Amino acid sequence: MVAAAGIPIYDTPFLTVGGGMGSFVTLDYLRIYGVPTSQMRVVSNIDHPWQTYEFLTRCSQIPRKERIRSDSSSRPDNLWGFPSYALEEAWKERKPSYLWQILTEPLLNDYWTPRAGTVFENLEREAKRIGYWDMLVKGQVRMIRRRSDGGYFTVITPPGGAAPTKRIVFRSRFVHVAVGYPGLKFLPDLQEFRTKHGDYQHVVNAYEPHEQVYEFLKTRSGTVVVRGGGIVASRVLQRLFDDREKLNLKTQIIHIFRTFVTGSHGPNAWSRRKGGNGWAYQGFNYPKSVWGGQLKAEMRKLEGAERAQKYKNMGGTNTPYRRRWQEQMRAGREGGYYHAVQGTVDRVERTPDGKLVSYVRSGDGIVREPVSDYIIDCTGLEADIAEHRVFADLLQHGGAGRNPVGRLDVERHFEVKGTASGDGALYASGSATLGGYFPGVDTFLGLQIAAQEIADDLAGRGFVRKMGPLRSTSQWFKWARNSPV
Amino acid sequence: MVPTLLGRIQTRLFLLATVGVIITLLVVPVLPGPSGPLGDRYAGGFLVLVAVGVLGIVWELIYHFLMQFRWEKDWPTLFGLLTLVPEGLVLYFLLRSSAVDFIDPVPPAAFWTHFTLVWVCMWLVANGPMRVPFIRWRFRGGRVL
Repeated sequence: MVAAAGIPIYDTPFLTVGGGMGSFVTLDYLRIYGVPTSQMRVVSNIDHPWQTYEFLTRCSQIPRKERIRSDSSSRPDNLWGFPSYALEEAWKERKPSYLWQILTEPLLNDYWTPRAGTVFENLEREAKRIGYWDMLVKGQVRMIRRRSDGGYFTVITPPGGAAPTKRIVFRSRFVHVAVGYPGLKFLPDLQEFRTKHGDYQHVVNAYEPHEQVYEFLKTRSGTVVVRGGGIVASRVLQRLFDDREKLNLKTQIIHIFRTFVTGSHGPNAWSRRKGGNGWAYQGFNYPKSVWGGQLKAEMRKLEGAERAQKYKNMGGTNTPYRRRWQEQMRAGREGGYYHAVQGTVDRVERTPDGKLVSYVRSGDGIVREPVSDYIIDCTGLEADIAEHRVFADLLQHGGAGRNPVGRLDVERHFEVKGTASGDGALYASGSATLGGYFPGVDTFLGLQIAAQEIADDLAGRGFVRKMGPLRSTSQWFKWARNSPV
Repeated sequence: MVPTLLGRIQTRLFLLATVGVIITLLVVPVLPGPSGPLGDRYAGGFLVLVAVGVLGIVWELIYHFLMQFRWEKDWPTLFGLLTLVPEGLVLYFLLRSSAVDFIDPVPPAAFWTHFTLVWVCMWLVANGPMRVPFIRWRFRGGRVL
């Protein structure tokens, strides 16, 4: 039928769609396990795998020289995680102090985390090494459908002029979906304001480019409302504080937490997280043991409501305790230019002189009405999966379902439940699969854990040989010498 | 690697049987203090490894219990190194008190040199090189099997 419609069909045994970090890490694993580039394709609308990640980190105030929130041994360019980023940076920059920090983290020091630039440079090196661009096909994925003979058809819209037809189709036995965050989620009151006033300049999401806020504050003193209690709020505050310090600005900051954490919190001594001044503190975006320890082992056994509850217990917005940030906030509180308050915002309105007034209702019933020049929404990248057309189609026509927290339901080996087709399989990894048997999906190490499960499952289906200690070691030496797989 | 209880015990026994054995083979002939036939000294050295393994199962239960008070259920790198102090002391006094009577009392310098070298090498291997041949180990809480 597809051929009869005049749409060209291309065959590839394994296709990954997305072309961001999730696709890259999965291809890296499979290349190292031994799959040749001729057997795999990646469909993407971006040119290199870290492009979206770099865009989002840069918007949220992590340029290449700044450090991301990620463990030293979570290396998407190196599936062994050895040598860790800390060893590499210590060696290259001749900085033994990094080794001291990694030895004493998190007890005497903050967690050591890599520079964004270190991550991107290494990704580029690895992408070249595994022949990533030999596998890249530019295009926008429209849908993935099961074939009656097994496997899948994936419909792609190539860039204008790149192909003779408007659509092309890939026929493959295996498909992997890693399309990332379906989109930005705006707080309802801010979305309402933006729609009503058509103002996308003064009310911004931290993941959008919003340099105009900082530029404005350089030209005259102003007030900024920051919403949210996560890592992005920390980053935005750091930028505001840094600029204030460096350029001697008079910026006033009002920080609104929906949940204001005043100290250690949790039901009992066995599960109590540190916190204070509004924040919940945690080194990384999940408790460390989700990537291989106790929490990973526990979650793997849970189903349904029990699993959802476990996610709830360990969840909640949080940020790392970093000494530099603590100093800046302390100085801000003492200097009277940083005000943290608890509250939910009923609505945002524009004053006659063009400023923004937020109607903030606190838990104790008090309503505050802070006036500001800008509002920065730092509450996250959490849109519903059905907002992405590929997921919407899979949910509607592909047999896929939702897990206990509402995202895409996957098996322990990351096959999307209910989508099997003959001897083929459809896998997914990344944020869309949050809520599954493994929690840390939207992280570097989580993508690698998913990739390993997928590669081992593909080995079980005869697509590639499972990698044992000997091949692993010889492949590590190839990685170290930067020689092709 | 963030350990589970089973992973802790397996990793300890595995590293003792590999790194521990290699280090013991290398250092026993040059350890300070003890005299006597080399075979006896090796027997002493290997019995120390066995004792670290057997007592270690009890230690790991204690560490696992203490880890439950940590929100992240993690075990920082530094803990893995510093636990050599209590473990070394307990083992040393057990050996000196002849409670473990099948091992001859070892001269202090020989015991501490051997014990510390084995411990530090195991700790170094567990914090990096172990992941090179065993890619699933760190995602399974340290389980080797």
